Amino acid sequence: MRVDGRINGREHVLDVAPSTLLLDLLRDLGLTGAKPSCELEVCGACTVQLDGLPVSACTTLAIELDGRSVETVEGLAPSDDRLHPVQQAFLKHSALQCGFCTPGMVMSAKALLETNPAPSRDDVVHWLEGSICRCTGYEPIVDAVLEAAGAMAHG
Amino acid sequence: MAERRLDGAQGGGGAGFAGAGANNTEPRISGTSVPRLDGVAKVTGRAKYAVDLDVPNVAHGVAVRADRAHARILGIDAAESEAVPGVLAVVTAKTVAPIDVRFGHISRDHPALAVDKVLYAGEPVALVVAETRRAAEAAARLVRVAYEDLPAVIDADEALGEGAPLLHETHPGRTGDEGFHNTGGGGLAGNLCAENTLGWGDVDAAFEAADLVVEGEYRYPMLYGYAMEPYNATALFEEGSLLVYTTAQHPYMVRDDLARMFELPLARVRVVVPYVGGGYGTKSYTKVEPLAALGAHVTGRPVRVALSVEEAIYTTRSDGARIRARSAFRSDGTLLARDFDVVMNSGAYSDNSPLVCAKLANRCFGPYRLEALRVRCRSVFTNTTPASSLRGFGAPQGNLAGELQMDEAADRLGIDARDLRLQNVVAPGEEILPGKRGIDADLGADLELATESLGWGERPGVGFGISASDAGAHPTSVTMVRLHSDGSASCAVGATELGQGSRTVLSQILADGLGLPFERVAIVQSDTGVTTYERTTGASRTTTLVGRALLLACDDARRKIRELAAELVQGEIEDVDGGVRAGGEELSYGDVIRRWFGSGGEVVGIGAIRKAGEFDKLPPFWEIGASGVVASVDEETGRVTIEQLTTVGDVGFAVNPALLHGQDLGAATMCLGAALSEELVYDGTTLSNPNVVEYRVPRVSDLPKKIDQILAERRDGIGPFGAKGGGEGSGNTIGGAVAAAVGRLLGRYPKELPLTPERVWRLAQESREREQEAVHG
Repeated sequence: MRVDGRINGREHVLDVAPSTLLLDLLRDLGLTGAKPSCELEVCGACTVQLDGLPVSACTTLAIELDGRSVETVEGLAPSDDRLHPVQQAFLKHSALQCGFCTPGMVMSAKALLETNPAPSRDDVVHWLEGSICRCTGYEPIVDAVLEAAGAMAHG
Repeated sequence: MAERRLDGAQGGGGAGFAGAGANNTEPRISGTSVPRLDGVAKVTGRAKYAVDLDVPNVAHGVAVRADRAHARILGIDAAESEAVPGVLAVVTAKTVAPIDVRFGHISRDHPALAVDKVLYAGEPVALVVAETRRAAEAAARLVRVAYEDLPAVIDADEALGEGAPLLHETHPGRTGDEGFHNTGGGGLAGNLCAENTLGWGDVDAAFEAADLVVEGEYRYPMLYGYAMEPYNATALFEEGSLLVYTTAQHPYMVRDDLARMFELPLARVRVVVPYVGGGYGTKSYTKVEPLAALGAHVTGRPVRVALSVEEAIYTTRSDGARIRARSAFRSDGTLLARDFDVVMNSGAYSDNSPLVCAKLANRCFGPYRLEALRVRCRSVFTNTTPASSLRGFGAPQGNLAGELQMDEAADRLGIDARDLRLQNVVAPGEEILPGKRGIDADLGADLELATESLGWGERPGVGFGISASDAGAHPTSVTMVRLHSDGSASCAVGATELGQGSRTVLSQILADGLGLPFERVAIVQSDTGVTTYERTTGASRTTTLVGRALLLACDDARRKIRELAAELVQGEIEDVDGGVRAGGEELSYGDVIRRWFGSGGEVVGIGAIRKAGEFDKLPPFWEIGASGVVASVDEETGRVTIEQLTTVGDVGFAVNPALLHGQDLGAATMCLGAALSEELVYDGTTLSNPNVVEYRVPRVSDLPKKIDQILAERRDGIGPFGAKGGGEGSGNTIGGAVAAAVGRLLGRYPKELPLTPERVWRLAQESREREQEAVHG
């Protein structure tokens, strides 16, 4: 099927099978930031933003991209020295170890801050409930998201 | 989060600086929280994990898995599967004969594809290789396997009983690897996978003479580590060599297994490990690499085998344990003797369970002075997913029983639970195992730090414990430092970066070892074709052992620079940061190299550590646990909330404090999962929760309300600058601590983890009934 959609700001015309998952489509295009893990929409490692909303690419069909816009972690920073505030805050707070959950965490956090620019700690915890991290124990991630909120409010 | 670093003066005195060896380097960059080198690649999504690699012309392998727990294979019909468009081959143990598909580092009993029998539900029986993963998945469903069912056994105690179904008709024996010589391999029969016994003194007499005997049976669950990147490997044959990209923690161990399987020299097996999505011990040793390599061997194509989470659960879990324990005390609190009988449910194949068994035996009775001890620990084959390493292996299981008995004894003797431990704990330098290295830590001081932080004695629901793990594994490590013609340095090490931050930490040590700025050094890791031998990345060994080998390599490189300088310049030569002073002139490494070679060039230094000299006594170091919690219980729902977590990282010297805090919090969080929610459950002969919906790992809402992280730095380790390993210790006491905290709130110590709401609610009900009986009776 023909799909007309935007990926990280660029128009794409794609020919995809109806059963193709958005995650596979993105990864086949070389955008491997979104990760396959639980495949059940519970771990958050494949989170991308579809028209701004965070979705699990592992359970979203590629054809849903038609007429819409998807943003992946690769679209956030034009270069290493121009990281998104969420990315900067993750680095500052050591909010990652193995990094496999990080792209999904970053995208989920970014979507939160676009919806709610001044979240409370409880808001962040509630929002990130759909993202699993096995390495960090979460606290540095929550700290990083709150820091990013502050930086974006002042920046 | 509160984070604190305490030096020797505050920690109760240490054994002094023990670490730099011949290299008299003082830490400059080591000891600071430099940002992790892989941070930017990971937050931008650019870091390529094994599953992300784009390998040209790759085909995809999907395993056909047994749908029953124990059965003889009568035949495999692949005709329908082979007819699916895109299918390249259906590989079975028969079709690849005479290749012997069995692997295993301790016991070569684990076939990559079932040979005559399947021993557990989920075991790979065939591998379908196709142009796409979807085609392989579809074709895998069409492979027909004819079975003759055999009786299965799931429970480990039952598997030891007379007349139990026998999994392995013959025991394949041990591989003879020196590092695993003490893994209980003698005289095995029936379903016994390994047996370790140890002890001393007259245990029966001590129990006879005791004023108090505490007895109980405890259960620690089977766990799934859930490293978020499931096992995957891509293999190809090229120029007579086998090349494998994989998620392995121990690429050299995988290399050895593959070399045996394909009868290749070690030099012709190259195992490469890129970024790894979580390890925690679950990616130790060989997993799916043989499947990918067999697929490549048959098809002549690069083959990727990338498992789903469900398949990963069918690949490796941790050993569940049933622990019967007895502890004998005098009325004054003296711990006289302990007696442990442990049975581990180790699943269908040996994998690393014999080593877990040996470690559980060493780690269950605690770092206490004991006149008499008897430990019997048995690892048992059952028709379940094979068990192997997971963070702290053996320690969390045994510690639950050992430490809960300290708490129960304290209550019954009317002695404070902390004081009872302080009374019996070994002093720095004292042995807990005869002939082993004495304890290189001040456990009493660590315990006091923990209990003070937790508010012990001032608030309800506090639980804590201590542990000492013989860590570091077999101390074999080789490193290679290269000094380049511009004076910068790089190093190839076989230790794997799993997210723990080893590339950053080793770079700090390398920079200090050579007197170079951090920005002038680089480290390449985990490519057996390029990097030098590293036995494993486990047992918290990298900072300590690779760090020391690295400093030796720096010494060697600097010695060679001095020799070259002596050929170039007259006069005295001495080391300075980043080079030498020769005849009054300061020359950088680059100056010496360029001048000596005339153009370009480089100098190579080698460092090696083996079980000899300073490292002759095992373990290389003890990994200490002294974490605790404050818990509260909702008696209506049975839900446990962690009000506070305190970790004490007794690491000798923190090369990178931020990374260590991450290790400590991560280890504690994983073990909070085991304490409160994680457990693989068999329903009949199949797993009822092989997914992360029903197998519940900690989520952000489970975060303790308050976290206090303490680093105790007494420079008493054998590693660089007095460092020793961290990353497991902070989790090892958590299960027992949570059980103790809940027990104190409910009036009776639970003996089984995880403390799910249902179990806690039942405990609360029982506690209420006891109270009512007391009132009415």
